[in-house]
Amino acid sequence: MAITNIKNLKEFSTANERFEGAHLLCPGCAHSMIVRELMNATDDNLVIASNTGCLEVSTAVYPYTSWDTSWIHIGFENAATAASCAESMYKARKRKGTLPDPDAPVKFVAFGGDGSTYDIGFQWLSGAMERGHDFTYICLDNENYANTGGQRSSSTPIGAHTSTAQAGSESYGKTQRKKDMVAIMAAHGAPYVAQLSPNKWKIMAKGFQKALETEGPCFINTVSPCTTEWKFDPKDTIHLADLATDTLMFPVYEIINGTELNILYRPKNVIPVEEYLAAQGRYKHLFKPENKHVIERIQKDIDAKWEYLQRREEARV
Amino acid sequence: MSRGVLATEKRGVRELGAEEKVGWDAVPQGVVLNSFDNILKENVSHVKPEDRDYSDFNSYTATVASWRVIKPVYNRDICIDCQNCWVWCPDTSIISRDKQMLGIDYDHCKGCGVCVEVCPTNPKSLLMFGEAQELEDALAMWPEKKKKAK
Repeated sequence: MAITNIKNLKEFSTANERFEGAHLLCPGCAHSMIVRELMNATDDNLVIASNTGCLEVSTAVYPYTSWDTSWIHIGFENAATAASCAESMYKARKRKGTLPDPDAPVKFVAFGGDGSTYDIGFQWLSGAMERGHDFTYICLDNENYANTGGQRSSSTPIGAHTSTAQAGSESYGKTQRKKDMVAIMAAHGAPYVAQLSPNKWKIMAKGFQKALETEGPCFINTVSPCTTEWKFDPKDTIHLADLATDTLMFPVYEIINGTELNILYRPKNVIPVEEYLAAQGRYKHLFKPENKHVIERIQKDIDAKWEYLQRREEARV
Repeated sequence: MSRGVLATEKRGVRELGAEEKVGWDAVPQGVVLNSFDNILKENVSHVKPEDRDYSDFNSYTATVASWRVIKPVYNRDICIDCQNCWVWCPDTSIISRDKQMLGIDYDHCKGCGVCVEVCPTNPKSLLMFGEAQELEDALAMWPEKKKKAK
């Protein structure tokens, strides 16, 4: 496997881009940052499948494609299936000797939003993970169905206002907690599972390289701050990702073989979660006096999760 | 294998959505869009963008410049080539070759301002100006170095 040098940012920047501009993602969207960081982290041939979602509808607007690699779109839920089938076909053709260039390194990658990963494509992803195909699934987690108007998904955290879990006099937004997808995928026995964030580009690129190198199904959950539905200024995307990792709302960690947990980023100063919530319009209502208990609950959940991750890292189970 | 309905027409840089609209029933089923005009003998990631044979279907040949109301202006004199803007640009609009930042691709930039936010120099080597501002005028009114507040 040929790897792009990512020792420092200057070395990294010599990579030749394979994701072109003039896609129709919103200005300041973190999806394309994540995709670029992935595609620049390797110079292997890539076969990419995308679920329906912001990334798919914006990068393949007929008659345009923004991908300089092989790219497949089939349905909302089945990027994992498409990638795993392409991988099976590649293996079969290699065995039969019908590939034009059998020695060229090829990696299989699937992209999905959180709607298609946590909800709609969950069964298909679980199946592909269980079958043990050699591919990497990357979830671009922006915590709602941003492509269709910001409906709640099972990734939306408690207290967030969405178009189908509205905040008002009767409700404080979504009342359920977020699904822990990373733990579910680790429980599949996947050899490499991680949660990464685009503001930590080096950790992210290294995680991608590790996932591509690892044989077997790998899952990566990435934080993708959504300027439209989280309601913040497009220029603050990286600032929001910084807040997400530093408040430990999105801890950055990896789980190898379902057991070995490593925390990849420890913030020097952990910021109280209020700062992260205050930076976004979707949490505006939580700062009313009657909703204070929700912020306390979010902070309590974060502290408990961080404690759990640290203890698991120590115990190696 | 279908190459899509616009395959025969050669176009230069176009505005997305400006061409003739085609109804969904006129679109062939299972379209394959080729990113390049000739099948590359080499791995794409070993070919510099300026040496690639982009096809009309590649969004590289399109522009989203009309999305912009403010634009980033680049000041080479202050830049330290840290490449922060390159790694976090969501629109592949920072042109960087051989570890040097060369400038901004105004055909693909949507004016989000992320590059200005992540620029570490003092004063910033990228600043947002109105879309109509001339580049020379913008460079002439660049702010002085800010002193650290004690």
